Amino acid sequence: MPKVKVKRTNPSLDMTPMVDLFFLLVTFFMLTATARPDEAVIVDTPSSASEIKIPDTNVITITVDKNDRVFFGVDGQQTKEALLDKIGSKYGVSFTPEERKTFSLLSNFGVPINQLKSYLSMESNARKEVNQPGIPVDSTHNELGDWVLQTRLTNPNVVIAIKGDQDVSYPTVKRVIDILQDKKVNRFNLITDMEMKPTAL
Amino acid sequence: MAEIQQQADSGKGGKKRAKRQSTKIDMTPLVDLAALLITFFMLTTTFNKPQTMEINMPVKPDNIEEQIALKASNAMTIILGEDDKVFYYFGLAEDKPEVLETTYAADGIRKVLVSPQVKSNDKMTIMVKPMDGSRYKNMVDILDELKITDTKKFALVEIADADIKLVQEQIGG
Repeated sequence: MPKVKVKRTNPSLDMTPMVDLFFLLVTFFMLTATARPDEAVIVDTPSSASEIKIPDTNVITITVDKNDRVFFGVDGQQTKEALLDKIGSKYGVSFTPEERKTFSLLSNFGVPINQLKSYLSMESNARKEVNQPGIPVDSTHNELGDWVLQTRLTNPNVVIAIKGDQDVSYPTVKRVIDILQDKKVNRFNLITDMEMKPTAL
Repeated sequence: MAEIQQQADSGKGGKKRAKRQSTKIDMTPLVDLAALLITFFMLTTTFNKPQTMEINMPVKPDNIEEQIALKASNAMTIILGEDDKVFYYFGLAEDKPEVLETTYAADGIRKVLVSPQVKSNDKMTIMVKPMDGSRYKNMVDILDELKITDTKKFALVEIADADIKLVQEQIGG
């Protein structure tokens, strides 16, 4: 009787298709990727069945977090540099080129203008640690209104989006909307999460 | 590991034989690298852009006298209260209408908004009045319901003292 031979299989396998697939995926992700911007706060937005997408560019994002702090953000580096100059001249604060550069890279911030200079001169790691008080919105220090107004003067095409946390109390949101209406902004967007649209009413 | 070496020609006599080199190379490091890159890009990508809800606020009128008063039969008020409560009534606050309580669920306020009393009246205007204790989510929810039910005429209005009194009298708290 012949001996039963254990078949020896070569453990190395052909990885070419796997590599092909992986590089296809890498290419796909590289082309579709838009780096996630560094947000100053994390907010949990409410959901809605609305299907309008926010545009990619020319957006002012007014973020309201659950402690009723207001953050301001706008995209476009040139816009931000021009905006900082205008705000600086209005409030009598001058910024160094480094501070302007830092500001143009911020995605959003929530400090009053008198603290902005020291905030911008911080190391980027220290800036993440600092507890931002939010932009003043009360009627005596209506800095948010100035930011919005100057941004719209710098870039007339901007769309305004409000990104509020679910638990923000209504008066804070009302205050932000009032400021926008004071500046003759009557059309704006509320950023929400996706939700399935009910099929039957 | 992938080793493709060129063997130096020995120069010795004998038959010159082309050395058969295996064409297979070990692709494991390549796969490792590709998988690393995939992981990196997958984690840094933001896939779906956030949804938005467009709202148009009415332009603030210059003088209030020009505004036309709303007829009681065409008015419905939704009051957003604390702790995710919703109240609504038809008509105007002066006439002491009956205030009803409902919820944000699908069979709550949505049922009211698709009811014949609202849907059959083209002139029906919904006034949304959030109380100070309400959350931002409540406002978004109600705007969403109005959109879902395809209600055309609605406005976000500041709450009046009469409304607060009405709710306190009839619901309590």
